Amino acid sequence: MTAARGSVRREARIRRPAADIWRWVGDPERLPEWWPGITAAKVDGDERTITLGSGLPMPEKLLTIDDIQHRFQYRITGPLFREHTSTIDVHDLGDDTSLVVYSIDADPATMALVIAGAAGNALEHLRAMLEGES
Amino acid sequence: MARRKILLITTDQQRYDTLGCNGGTLARTPVVDRLAAAGIRYERCSPQSVVCMPSRSTILTGQHPSTHGVWMNGVPLPLNAPSVAELLRISGYRTALVGKPHFQPFFDPFQRFLENSLGDSTVPSGGSHRGFEHLEFATHGPVGPLHYSRWLMAMHPEAVGGFYRVLDDALQVNADGGGATAAPQVHVNPIQREWYHTDWVADRTIAWLDSLAADDDWFCWMSFPDPHHPWDPPESEVGRINWRDVPLPAGYPQNRQQRERILDAKPRHWRMWYDGTLVSNYEAPARWVPATLTDDQVREVNARNAVECELIDEALGRVLARINERGWGSDVDVIFTTDHGELQGDFGLLFKGPYHVDSLMRLPLIWQPAASAQPTSAVVTRPVGLVDIAPTLCAIAGLPAADWMQGASLPVSDTDADARGFERVLTEWDSELFGVGVHLRTITRAGWVLTRYLPGTVHDGTEGELYDTVADPLQQHNRWDDPACAGIRDDLLADLLDNAPPPRQPRLQLEAPV
Repeated sequence: MTAARGSVRREARIRRPAADIWRWVGDPERLPEWWPGITAAKVDGDERTITLGSGLPMPEKLLTIDDIQHRFQYRITGPLFREHTSTIDVHDLGDDTSLVVYSIDADPATMALVIAGAAGNALEHLRAMLEGES
Repeated sequence: MARRKILLITTDQQRYDTLGCNGGTLARTPVVDRLAAAGIRYERCSPQSVVCMPSRSTILTGQHPSTHGVWMNGVPLPLNAPSVAELLRISGYRTALVGKPHFQPFFDPFQRFLENSLGDSTVPSGGSHRGFEHLEFATHGPVGPLHYSRWLMAMHPEAVGGFYRVLDDALQVNADGGGATAAPQVHVNPIQREWYHTDWVADRTIAWLDSLAADDDWFCWMSFPDPHHPWDPPESEVGRINWRDVPLPAGYPQNRQQRERILDAKPRHWRMWYDGTLVSNYEAPARWVPATLTDDQVREVNARNAVECELIDEALGRVLARINERGWGSDVDVIFTTDHGELQGDFGLLFKGPYHVDSLMRLPLIWQPAASAQPTSAVVTRPVGLVDIAPTLCAIAGLPAADWMQGASLPVSDTDADARGFERVLTEWDSELFGVGVHLRTITRAGWVLTRYLPGTVHDGTEGELYDTVADPLQQHNRWDDPACAGIRDDLLADLLDNAPPPRQPRLQLEAPV
């Protein structure tokens, strides 16, 4: 915690093949559909601007959208961050389930935890959506 | 026949010895002292957690942190968690929570937590929130979207900037110092006293009480954000106590070598925090190194803390006066307590953390039962806990304690405590953040406090602390490895394991810093 940079991970196992999950996770404009607390996402080239529930806009740079590995990476470029990279990996476990891993690295460390908390909640929301619970 | 009305007063981070009735000499607290003289004063009340969110969740649910699931600050209490306020509400009580809630994290840029979205109104949609039909929230300053912030911003915007900045530019708990000694979280706040959150909480409580019918049964949780840091009370009041005249606390070893020798006899995260090499208490400024604390800083922090305690006492006096004016004076049970303590210089430390000693664990608790119940004043020395508050509220209301509650209605005397088995009280600490995990399990029983350390980042699971609170009231002599104490240590360890509360499964996730 004395270090400025924080690294936090959240994950969820979802009873759907990776390709099904990737249709949501891999589409940068669909974020508000599965992330409670994000009200809008506008994509322009490799730049995305999301709007938080508090009304705060958050500019991002899209780094990786890999349809083969099912890996999504982005960097928040807003003023609250000195550094940030988030990575979402969707691992197909071969039994019609997948493990979705959301990794956040950020400076200040506090923001890594803030994003991780919201991301963990979003993964749970995504799981419920895709498994037909909501 | 009308039932007894209930005023539950909590403060935030207030030590046992800040009250005159508990031997405190710095702050004048005549209002609470009178409650104690007429009612029941508890000499060994322990929290079930020494940080806000888990402890407040215990007060509301009557459960230990393991069971309600709020295992550290930043873990939100589920909205469907059991609530004693809901029991009272559905039995016909009018219910209100005025002041600091903190059942969900404050730091919430995604605005995911309902608690931070209720500031538009004093009446929650659906009629109630966690059993409270009236809400007016505040925290330690005008930050966030809570009712107090909105009120101050609208009515006195010029006062908003006078408060201490709780977070620094890196969004860490701020370490900046101020006042005369540059002590951390000390700050000169020019706000008028009437606009400060202590008086606001009392004003809003009075306004809600004034809205009630004379024959309403009511339960009000009045929750003062002070004397929790930052220590930025209205500057007009700071002159009540000249910090230069404040004696250093008995628990503050003035000799550095002595201080460090005491710390070195404790599990090593104590000394590591003191030296600034490990931060495991996320409620204290991460960039502040306790070894830099000076005698004068301890004096100034204690002076300002005492001023805040006096303001609370006076605010409570105004509320009690209005209750009397309404003609309810003999029908109201008043309970005064806090969520946890404050180190306030003990061991050369400030703030709080995974340190299960009296500084953080011995709490003020006063219960003045309604005069109509013909109570007998008493001092209870047996161990009780905040987990006993919820069943006590039920008992006052004439309701059975819910089966999900893990405590029991507070004893009214030591004889009553002995008859009902008040032998022990348990306290837990769990924190896991950024690669640092610390886990403590504590039992307070028969004049002893034992803490077992579970394996963590800097503990291998063999460490512990054992204090004789009678012979060593400052807990400066750790007897864990003393062969003469092996019998009592092993007995307490067995008792601790036998009475461990059932854990919530699955474990709730940490979702925010605080």
